[in-house]
Parts: sequence; C-alpha cells; structure tokens
Amino acid sequence: MSDRSFPPRRWLIAFAGIARRESLRFVNQRGRFLAALVRPLVWLFIFAAGFRAVLGLSITPPYQTYVLYEVYVIPGLMAMIQLFNGMQSSLSMVYDRETGAMRTLLVSPFPRWFLLASKLVAGVLVSILQVYAFLAIAWLWGIRPPLWGYVAVLPALMLSGLMLGAMGLFLSSAIRQLENFAGVMNFVIFPMFFASSALYPLWRMKESSPLLHDICAVNPFTHAVELIRFALYLQVNWGALAVVLGCLAVFFGAAVYMYDPSKGLWARRKGG
Amino acid sequence: MDHDALSIDHVSHSFGRVQALKDVSLTVPRGAFTALLGINGAGKTTLFSLITRLYDNRSGSIRVAGYDLRRQPAQALARLGVVFQSRALDLDLTVRQNLAYHASLHGIAGREARARIGEVLVQVDLEQKAGDRVSALSGGQQRRAEIARALIHRPDILLLDEATVGLDVKSRAEVLALTRSLIADHGASVLWATHIMDEIRPDDDLVILHRGQILRRGRAADIAGRQGLTQAFLDLTGGGA
Repeated sequence: MSDRSFPPRRWLIAFAGIARRESLRFVNQRGRFLAALVRPLVWLFIFAAGFRAVLGLSITPPYQTYVLYEVYVIPGLMAMIQLFNGMQSSLSMVYDRETGAMRTLLVSPFPRWFLLASKLVAGVLVSILQVYAFLAIAWLWGIRPPLWGYVAVLPALMLSGLMLGAMGLFLSSAIRQLENFAGVMNFVIFPMFFASSALYPLWRMKESSPLLHDICAVNPFTHAVELIRFALYLQVNWGALAVVLGCLAVFFGAAVYMYDPSKGLWARRKGG
Repeated sequence: MDHDALSIDHVSHSFGRVQALKDVSLTVPRGAFTALLGINGAGKTTLFSLITRLYDNRSGSIRVAGYDLRRQPAQALARLGVVFQSRALDLDLTVRQNLAYHASLHGIAGREARARIGEVLVQVDLEQKAGDRVSALSGGQQRRAEIARALIHRPDILLLDEATVGLDVKSRAEVLALTRSLIADHGASVLWATHIMDEIRPDDDLVILHRGQILRRGRAADIAGRQGLTQAFLDLTGGGA
C-alpha cells in the first residue's frame, strides 16, 4: 500500500478539515479581519487622496482612458491584502510550530506536500473573502470596475494568493523563532510592496530611477498586482501570469523541501 | 495480527556532530504499558520525533504495528496516536471542533467522526466539556483532551511524551490513571516517556534512556531490585548527570 491508497473521499475530508479550521480561526479572530480591511482602506481613503493631487496617470493598459489614482491603486491594495494574509499565515505557522500545534498536522498520514498545500489553499480562500469585502467598500466609495471583472479577477486572486501564501510558507520554514518575524516585515513585506507597481506605474518609476524600475520589474509582487489589475478589467497579462505561476512553483517547492523530515528545517532542529 | 505495537531496531540519530541517539532498540508489545525513563536531554523527544517522522530516520528501522515507517509512512502514521510534550490543541476552538479537525486529518468525517468524538470523550470523561473552548479547560482537562485527540483514529499505539509535565499532583494522577485504564479496558499499547519515577509501577516494562543510549530494559521491579528504582537509576546513570 502507498499514499495513493487513500480513497479520494478521504483526501477531500482532510482538505475540508484544514479549511474549516482556518475559517474557524479567522472567525474567532475578528480583529484580524478588521485589521486586514483597515490597512488598505487607510491607503484608499487617505493616501490615495493625497497622491491623486500630485501623481498624473497617462492611459496605460488595461485602462482605456485616464483613471483616477484611487482606481489605479485598487489592484495594488487587493494584492496588499493577500500579501499581508500570506505573511499572517506564515506567522501562525511559526507560532503553531513553537507551540507544538504544527506537529499534529505533520504527523497526519497524508503526505506532507498535501497537508501544506491544503493549508495554503485554505489561507488563500480566507484572503479572497477579505479582498471581496474590500471591493464592496471600494464600490460604495465609487470605484466600480466592470461587473464581470469581479468574476474574472477570482482566478487571478487565487493564483496571486497562492504565490504569496507559498512565499509565506517558505519563509515560515526558514524562520526559527517567532521573535525573528519582525525582520520579515522590514526585509520582505515593505520592500516587496513599495518596490512594485502597486502604488505607482513602472513608467513613472523609470523617470526617477531606472535601477529602481528594474528592481520593481523583477519583483514577483509587481506581477501579482498586474495579473489582478488586468483580470479586473477582463484582460490577461500573460507575462504576469507566467511569472506568478513560476514563482508559485518555486516557493511551494522550496517550502515542501524545507518541511521534509529528511531535509531543511526539521533535519536541523534539535530534540530533547 | 501478531506484530508488536512498536518495534525500534538499531536506531541512531545525530544533529551535526552531536549524536542524540546511539543504536537504540526497543519494542512495545501489544497491550503493554512501556515506560521510557530518562532525564531531560536524554533523547526521549528525539526518539519520539523519529517515531512520528518529524525527523527522518536514516539508520536502523522503526515499525509501527508491522509497518515500516520509511517505506510505508502513511500506514505507520495512521496507527500512531501521539500526545506531545507541548500543547497541540487550538485554544480558540472548542474541544469538539479540535477533535473534528484531528479526525479529518485521518480522513474521518460526518457521522463516523461524530460517533468517534462521542466515544473518546466518554473515554477521557470530558463529555460535559465538548462545547467548551480549550482555553477554558484546566491543565489536566486539556491533557485529557489531548489524549482524546490522539485516540480519535483508534491507533495501535499511544505515544505520550512527558504528558504530565506542568500538571498539579491531582491532574497528574488522573492523566496517568486514564492512560492505564485505556490499557486495561481497551487493550491499548502505550509508550510513556517520563522523567518522574513515581509514575512507574513495578510490573511496567521499563526502558532507561541516558545520553542517547539505552542502559537497561526489562520489568521495572527487576531493574529496581532491592534498592528501589531511584537508586538503581542513579547508579546506572552515574548520578543522572
């Protein structure tokens, strides 16, 4: 008998159980939901109003006309929610590992890649709910992408969420202690967010610093933002799609490697 | 089946240059309470991490109910119930929600999961607390809930790593009595890691682990002899240091 001997129903049960636990934890931590919403809303209501006055935007795809800065920044803020959610999941993985809760997941008879993938997908589903809550508020604020854009953006959100979540998963495997997590904020989240097309178009960046433009252009987060931006306006950015898929494969592969009992993190840990 | 519940054969493990386990061999027969006695740092948790496949076992073999952990990990892990030294339950969820989550990790859901949750809650005497958040339970109740979690998939062997650490005397006695009752009433097999000698009875199978090596195996009363278990342990380990 091998791992493949589990009937499909049991795989589904395991995935549903992991997803249910993530959603229960999310429901029980209402502060987390509010924080996830407040952050992009502050950008939308306050920062965007300020930037609007100083930043002129020309017509660039996928937009077919001049757009307000608030309209431009929406996909970046959607990706921001997913970025922070990915890091939040990563933080909870490190916490679970320190408290021991992670062990119960990893000693399940299902293969480790499946358990990690299930946790990843469950986290992304939660982040998508947050994104749609944000879009609903943005709609009330007068920012209204095409109606079908709300549907078309779903697969883009799934992919970008998976990529950012997989990155968080990989980071969680590399972080040894919860205290080290503050470094992730300074060295991963903020540089990724600010050195991207989330807040300003890359052509504007090029005008001020070609080097920074190049850094932004290779930043995976830029491609997540662009994938979402194009999907929201019923288009596909194939280059962004390829980069997001590639990064997803690399980050998830690295995370599975690090959580493998014979390699990576667990092989280096000391017992009592 | 006539396999031992757990069979460990010539297992060694190192962290870099530090050898944590040296040529460890032991068996846990079916329906037996086997105590693994050792001071902190003796290698008990490392051994548990190898048995639960948190660490990869590279030398020797580990078999759970006859299934080789390296070659048939899914079958072996499906037959293990584990209570870790540190808390593994989700404090924000109720006891029932925690148990349902762990049942799902073994592919059990729906009516079957509900029946098993009811069954294990009776076994650990927590039926009245099923709807309570784990954070509202006492330390002893949390431990009993951990045992219920470990039993939910009806394992062939229950591993408990320092399960009474941090508990008051009464809760400690309750957890130990519960574990022993699982053997008497349900034919469970138990590997009980501890550094507390009071928890070991004369008739128990005893394994003394020290600095990664097994110093003695046998019936606790035989190892203790006339001098008592504490003195025998100190003599064997050179003072326990």
